[in-house]
Amino acid sequence: MKVKSTQAKIGDWIFVLICVIISIICVVPMVNLAAKSLSGTEFLIRHEVYLWPKGFNLEAYQTVLSDAKYQRAFIWTAVLTLICTLLSLTMTALCAYPLIFPGLKGRGVINIFITITMFFNAGTIPNYLLMSDLNLLENPLVLIIPSCLSIYNMIIMRSFFYGIPDSLRESAEIDGASFIQILVKIYLPLSKPVFASLALFYAVGRWNGYGDALMYIKTNKQYYPLQLLLYNILNNTNAVEVAAQEGFNQPGLKDSLKCATVMFATVPILLIYPWLQRYFIAGVTMGAVKE
Amino acid sequence: MAKDKEAAKKQVAPKTKFNKTYLKRYWQLYALLFLPLLYLLIFKYLPMRYIILAFKEYKLNTPLRDMPWANVRGKTDVLKYFKQAFGNIDFKRALWNTLKLNALDLIMGFPAPIIFALILNELCFKKFKKVVQTIAYMPHFLSWVIIASLCTQLLAPTDGLINALVTHLGGESIPFLDDPAHWVGTYVGAGVWQSFGWGSIIYLASIAGINTELYEAASVDGAGRFRKMWHITLPGIRPTIVVLLIMNLGYIMGGGFERPWAMRNNLVIEVADVIATYVYKVGIQGLKISLTTAVGLFQSVVGLIFLLAANAISRKLGERGIW
Repeated sequence: MKVKSTQAKIGDWIFVLICVIISIICVVPMVNLAAKSLSGTEFLIRHEVYLWPKGFNLEAYQTVLSDAKYQRAFIWTAVLTLICTLLSLTMTALCAYPLIFPGLKGRGVINIFITITMFFNAGTIPNYLLMSDLNLLENPLVLIIPSCLSIYNMIIMRSFFYGIPDSLRESAEIDGASFIQILVKIYLPLSKPVFASLALFYAVGRWNGYGDALMYIKTNKQYYPLQLLLYNILNNTNAVEVAAQEGFNQPGLKDSLKCATVMFATVPILLIYPWLQRYFIAGVTMGAVKE
Repeated sequence: MAKDKEAAKKQVAPKTKFNKTYLKRYWQLYALLFLPLLYLLIFKYLPMRYIILAFKEYKLNTPLRDMPWANVRGKTDVLKYFKQAFGNIDFKRALWNTLKLNALDLIMGFPAPIIFALILNELCFKKFKKVVQTIAYMPHFLSWVIIASLCTQLLAPTDGLINALVTHLGGESIPFLDDPAHWVGTYVGAGVWQSFGWGSIIYLASIAGINTELYEAASVDGAGRFRKMWHITLPGIRPTIVVLLIMNLGYIMGGGFERPWAMRNNLVIEVADVIATYVYKVGIQGLKISLTTAVGLFQSVVGLIFLLAANAISRKLGERGIW
């Protein structure tokens, strides 16, 4: 490699600077929120907290963490996310694996049957009426079953399966292994990266989703996922309920409580995603065009 | 997706008959497919039968086939609810807002990940690059409820960080959230913020696939950083750009529900109401079932046409289609 000119070196540092600025733009909103959640009431009322907590205290977090409502929603959402992720991964594998066999008769028809659902959606109201017909309204299963298979994710998994050498499969077939045995003994052990990636996609989707709960669950508030609870609190939709809650009457504390609640709902995902970076990059790349 | 298809094509289906020996071996695959296909049938195809409601008068607790066709004072007019929608000022506004917000998202949000990927590609410190990437992917993992609350905290008129900075520098406080025009900017900005890092993944992968010899040859010829970017990197990722642009153009009528619903507030409804939120308010909250089914059908069909057209254009231009 030849020695770089001074001009090129300056250029390198300019790009570093741009990236530093972009990173700051990405994290500032979170830092701002974290600072507010850790600050004292009097500083918040005087609008003095920006990027660093003033009057550091954990009062807001203590309130949030000791509140039975949040604890419940947190545990429920965690359980829900776990169930959804496991179920979705199973369904995705069940759908993707048979479709890689060229000898499967009717594969073309099945592919068309699947592809149509990607491009045409009956719409919000027909879906709602279906849930009503299936007795899924107000039912916690409505948060699990209707979203248990994403065709987009299925295509990612299928691409991964295609990448596994056919020879492995064929030699197993010669040894007399059945298709299910081949799936369990060869494909699943080799597919950990794609499972990690899709698990993250499904888990994030469920953890962050609130639209389905908003539409399909109105009275059974115990089934509200964390994000919907958060939405209601931040938008004061249940004004009476919120006002009745201790602490929400003081304006300053209310602000730090809001921020602490948001942090409480965000931190789990922020702790997980960096460790799966390698996998989700592979997943995204596989799902799209590759030159 | 395209690669997937090629792989499928490469394998030639062996000629076997659909008989006992075939089934003895292949029944397992059909058994595996049973649940996913049943799921699609129930949750994707079954709702389609309710589309007919767009042409009928919805009646509670009545079987679908017993509901009468849409009529005006006894005179059948199956398009009644489509006419009603297009005579409705709220719907027209929602339609316009959907197109406007999606178009702005496309104009601002589409180039952002490409530019970011080009910038990242110029970084020569590998560790630093990885840290920047991890940070830039973060917003993608936040829910819209959380992003909306980040916006309120950061952009509030009096105590928000940005406005504190603006007023400190002697400017007027900017009504990011309360003024309709500014709110549109905030909405689009939040979208760019959320997606530029994640969107860059695909372009980085595409850049990584460019032959490095091209860069070496260009260096020998004395090409600088920007000429290499313009003449090698950009042409190298052009197919990816075209396909993604077309996909995005195809979704211009679409649009999720969670983002506009989380970000809207009472002061900006005139610009924040999109089709998804309109259908939720009028259909599920207001129970105007037939009207909102018609609106949903309109959106699905126009969306499909856009997507098919975009794909056809992509093929005409000599690029690979989406499917």
